[in-house]
Amino acid sequence: MKYKSKHIVPIGTEGIHVLNTGDWRIQRPLIDQEKCIKCGICLLHCPVNSIKKTDGKFIITYDYCKGCGICAHECPKKAIILLPEEEK
Amino acid sequence: MQKVEILNGNKAAAIGAAMSRPGVVAAYPITPQTPVVEYFSEFAANGEVDAAISEVESELTAMSVVTGASLAGSRTFTATASQGLALMYEPYFRASTLRLPIVMAIVNREMISPQSVWGGQQDSMSVRDAGWLQMYAEDNQEILDMIIQAFKIAEDKRVLLPINICYDGFYLSHMTERVLIPEQEKVDAFLGSYKPEHIILDPEKPMAVDPLTNGVLVMEYRNKHLKAQQNALTVLDEVDKEYGRLFGREYGGAVEEYRMEDAEYALVTTGSMSGAAKDAVDMQREKGIKAGLVRMRMIRPFPKDRVCKALSRVKSFGVVDRNVSFGWDTGIVYQEVKAALYDGDNKVPSVPIIGGLGGEDISVGMMMDSIDRVVKAAAEGKNSECIWLMNEEEAK
Repeated sequence: MKYKSKHIVPIGTEGIHVLNTGDWRIQRPLIDQEKCIKCGICLLHCPVNSIKKTDGKFIITYDYCKGCGICAHECPKKAIILLPEEEK
Repeated sequence: MQKVEILNGNKAAAIGAAMSRPGVVAAYPITPQTPVVEYFSEFAANGEVDAAISEVESELTAMSVVTGASLAGSRTFTATASQGLALMYEPYFRASTLRLPIVMAIVNREMISPQSVWGGQQDSMSVRDAGWLQMYAEDNQEILDMIIQAFKIAEDKRVLLPINICYDGFYLSHMTERVLIPEQEKVDAFLGSYKPEHIILDPEKPMAVDPLTNGVLVMEYRNKHLKAQQNALTVLDEVDKEYGRLFGREYGGAVEEYRMEDAEYALVTTGSMSGAAKDAVDMQREKGIKAGLVRMRMIRPFPKDRVCKALSRVKSFGVVDRNVSFGWDTGIVYQEVKAALYDGDNKVPSVPIIGGLGGEDISVGMMMDSIDRVVKAAAEGKNSECIWLMNEEEAK
């Protein structure tokens, strides 16, 4: 058998990377930076820690974002919209 | 100088564990294993060992606690039997598939139903395919020696697997025998300390354990696990020789052969029943029957090559099982031995034999009868039906 892993046990991020849970997403959250008041409520609610604060702006990373929509639902200014993912 | 003591099997196990200096011990008492926990707790209360003892509320928790402790880098020991082992089943699997070198004594006891607290190897034999290494002791000296050796085998970088040292409930656990206790300094030098690199919960170097993992990697981990099991055969031989050099007791590795050099008829046994079988072999030899004995010390990994070699010249053989293989109308070890011989050159008639369930005695007389059946199978040239060893007086 040709080995992919240098480990003998399921550890680290190797399993998660291979799974790529972002692939499950059918809708993609987008932040309208004009409407955003930088309150950070979306960051606090994201269940997979996919929203980061960078240079004073809130940015969504899509590696593990499953498109659950909680951020859009919680945003007090309705600054986050959900767009359908296109078929791959 | 090694000290001589009169010990029952459970105390031998507890002393073996104490001398190996585990950092954490978690166990839940169950007959016939209970004294192991009591003795070890006594050693800790007297300050003779500095292991942390976790008084858990069940075996499920006992195995979970030693799993956590082993993940944190500690050398760990536990012990159980029968229903207790059954309750451990879920974390029992995880311990082996996370490659944690936990040492666990299994004091063999019959499985329910009916309710029985007495001996029988159904408990450990039924979980032989859960990824642990499994060894079976014949006497109390071997229990003590094997618990110490178990840590060395399990923690070897080529193995990194948990291991069971199994011994018969009551026949060994509560029987007293003369046992030599090795010198502590020599045991310390022999074992060294456990320093895990493959998996460790360390706040300085965080690591996620057991993430959701796809099939490709599961196949790979299993492949490596199976290879590690095979490596244990080599490691056992090395450890057996080193231990023999240091303490004067070498057991012959995965299989012990007794009077097999010129044997024409062989019995295959596991555990404490082997003593009666050796006597029967001697008595049959006096009658002119060239009998011999192959004692299985290791069941996982199964020492296929050693078994094939040991039985390569016999005219027939029988396997005495203190357990049953539901669905086969034989014992478990019988099926394993037959499977091994498919790769060998000597396909001869065989006799499946079941006895000693629920603590019943397997007497020298029964072993004599068993050898007679093996001789008969060779004469008839075919495999025998399963023989059940029953005490005729009690059966009336």
